[in-house]
Amino acid sequence: MDRRTFIRSSAALGLLAGMQSLAPAWARSTPTNPIRSPALEPTRRAGRLVEYDLTIDRTPLTFGGKTGRAVTINGTVPGPLLRFTEGDEAIIRVHNRLHEDTSIHWHGILLPNAMDGVPGVNFPGIKARSTFEYRFPIQQYGTYWYHSHSAFQEQLGHYGPLVIDPAGGDPYTYDREYVVVLSDWTFEDPHDVLDNLKNRPNYYNFQRQTLFGLLRGEDMRLQDRLAWSRMRMDPTDISDITGATYTYLMNGQAPDPGWFGRFQPGERVHLRFINASAGTFYDVRIPGLPLTVVQASGQHIEPVVVDEFRIGIAETYDVIVEPKDQAYTVFAESMDRSGYARGTLAPRPGMTAPVPSRRKRPLLTMMDMGMAHGGSGMDHAMMKQGEVPVHHGSRNHGAMEKRARDASSDTTAAMHGHSMHDPHAGHGMTGMADMPGAAPTRLRPPGTLPEPVPHGSDGHGPANAMAPDVTRSRLHEPGVGLEDVPHRVLVYTDLRALHPEPRRAPDREIELHLTGNMERYMWSINGKTYAEDPLIPMTLGERLRLTMVNDTMMNHPMHLHGMWMELENGHGERIPRVHTVIVKPAERLSVLIEVDALGPWAFHCHVLYHMELGMFRVAMVQPPGASIPDRFVSR
Amino acid sequence: MHRLRFFLALLLAASPALAQDDPPFPDYPDFEPGISVRADQKLYSLALLDLLEVAPAASGVPARFEGLYRFGNDYTRIWLKSEGEGVFAEREGEAEFQALYSRLISAFFEIQAGLRLDTEVGAGDIRARPHLVVGLEGLAPYWFELEPALFLSAAGKVSARFTGSYDLLLTQRLVLQPRLEVNAALQGVEDRGIGRGLNDAEIGLRIRYEITREVAPYVGVNWLSRFGETADLARSGGVPRTEARFIVGVRLWR
Repeated sequence: MDRRTFIRSSAALGLLAGMQSLAPAWARSTPTNPIRSPALEPTRRAGRLVEYDLTIDRTPLTFGGKTGRAVTINGTVPGPLLRFTEGDEAIIRVHNRLHEDTSIHWHGILLPNAMDGVPGVNFPGIKARSTFEYRFPIQQYGTYWYHSHSAFQEQLGHYGPLVIDPAGGDPYTYDREYVVVLSDWTFEDPHDVLDNLKNRPNYYNFQRQTLFGLLRGEDMRLQDRLAWSRMRMDPTDISDITGATYTYLMNGQAPDPGWFGRFQPGERVHLRFINASAGTFYDVRIPGLPLTVVQASGQHIEPVVVDEFRIGIAETYDVIVEPKDQAYTVFAESMDRSGYARGTLAPRPGMTAPVPSRRKRPLLTMMDMGMAHGGSGMDHAMMKQGEVPVHHGSRNHGAMEKRARDASSDTTAAMHGHSMHDPHAGHGMTGMADMPGAAPTRLRPPGTLPEPVPHGSDGHGPANAMAPDVTRSRLHEPGVGLEDVPHRVLVYTDLRALHPEPRRAPDREIELHLTGNMERYMWSINGKTYAEDPLIPMTLGERLRLTMVNDTMMNHPMHLHGMWMELENGHGERIPRVHTVIVKPAERLSVLIEVDALGPWAFHCHVLYHMELGMFRVAMVQPPGASIPDRFVSR
Repeated sequence: MHRLRFFLALLLAASPALAQDDPPFPDYPDFEPGISVRADQKLYSLALLDLLEVAPAASGVPARFEGLYRFGNDYTRIWLKSEGEGVFAEREGEAEFQALYSRLISAFFEIQAGLRLDTEVGAGDIRARPHLVVGLEGLAPYWFELEPALFLSAAGKVSARFTGSYDLLLTQRLVLQPRLEVNAALQGVEDRGIGRGLNDAEIGLRIRYEITREVAPYVGVNWLSRFGETADLARSGGVPRTEARFIVGVRLWR
């Protein structure tokens, strides 16, 4: 061995030694001191008291070379990151410099009712040129966000991230953290967007099926197209509002060049994804990097490794990645594939990675229409309008039954679940009659998946275009457009709470149908808007099962204020807590609610335009024995 | 216009809950159930000029329009419809106006009732005939837009009209629209050239290019065929039984 070789070898050894001292990353990282996303400096910090001042104003902002007037928080879109530690007391003064009312709702935060921030529900709103002081204790940890609940301000930029560090530290380590806020922006007045949709529901859809497409062999076969058009349903209606008007934003940056996040090779990077859109579901992936999902809706879950996840409007997912010494594209494709938000993670500024091409716009399937046997192609049953194919096993194509029975009165209609086929779906699918310790209410045991149920005879009136034949759990499905991707996609049945807790059986179940009429752009619950039927009465102390049934062909991200929803995804004591959950077309989904917070709490679809049109209720939590004025008792 | 809309807003959107003064839940004085500045109580309007066209090759250059203005909420609307045609060279023409109250009766159809006024301009005078109207408007299976209507004239004569159209997307912006209009009458109105029974059928085929959703120029062809007594009356007036025209126009809305 000559001298030079020796030097080279020892250098290599030295490097190796250095690398060994760096690895494994989690062992060397100092969890108390990661490099964090820059947060707003509190106005004052006194012990556990943390005070912030936020100013709402109109600010000219430029996206993709065009300038619009955004509604901003402290002059930026998104607004500043607010950071707390579990156990803090928050004081947040909101100064409204607009010529109109505003508000801030703290999305996913459990707090006193008067601080929840929905005008006309919790408080009168923050009047033009006035200040409102929010004050509430921080009793939880996780990634959340805040946004306006007034008119269309959320579409115009009035949202920001909120992060709460756990009192005892996170159960995982990371070296660097970024908040990634996904959102959508339009240069149109949101009122005009709504007018356009009211006048022509496919106004923004430039990905419909065409005759030339048929001749080129694209999309559906003629026979299937006819079956859909017979139902007056458009299988390309994936998103109401598309890239035709939206600029998709990542941390307020338009996709070219997009947001940039720097890291040191070898670091564990914690990405806190927040979907603050008004109308966009995103499918997020970082080609080349597996994503370890560690939080959903701000709550720790058992880590699950995926390559892609769908993030519904208002959802949050926290992931950990371990990038190598190269650049990566953070690619958030809109669900209808009409555009994307983009960012770059790289060790050095100026580096970029290839941007994936957009995938083909997916088509809704028979499953989305609630046919008994959906999936590929056209079910023969669908040709017979008004008849319900009933699913008595796994291969029944012939049995038909009139859509006459009422779902709730017919337990035999509960069929052996489709979800049984899914290995993730867990147990608890057996009937509850012989279940030891089943609640005396005859409700299913807590945490179990709902069985498929034929739709009742109530079609919910003209506000609902079509009722599915059968609704069933779809928690094990990744959702439209992600069914056949060649990599791992997060599904709701992957979510298991990190810490198991005994789950109380429900005392009562209520069933709400999410309804709509796309042709008229009407959105409602049980066929009624908020103005027509405002309340869901709840009683303090009860354990409630809320079953949501999506009668429409669209995905609805449903959000409950003030209380957690425990998503019954088959994982018993490990069912995850969520503040927002996507209900897929023709899906039947249930959550358990520990009704422990008095007062009126908003419950609504987080597609801003759906909410504004009346897909909104107030969960009115009253002490036992309190009554609801007659005029609000729904008929 | 604003005052009219305000008045109609009151009429259409009068909500029983508006009258309440006391908060329904005294512990939550700011909670007004069902009341919000939300869009579900808003009025929407649409102005659409579906046809605005000329037949450049036909004698006298006949022109035609058909349009509507509608406004209201999800369930109740006021429709103002108008259509007319004329011949530029001869300074004569006729136009029809309808004002209809409309109510959503199913997810895809609304029922309409109101007044129709026909006017004729030509030979130095204007004549007007009022009618009562009842009809349906909506979307049939397979996405056919249908508009059947019955008319009762002031003279007690009953007639009917069926209009149907279909938008066939060739590409995302190129739309082929076949259109059918059939008129029939229970009694004849000779001075208007209307015979008993089936009067006429018109088939149009227009191809439009949507530069934007709001502006779509088109070209097309239109065939009109008159039947029975109506055809006889036309022939005696020197009008052929069938007419075919090449048309150029633009579809506009806001």
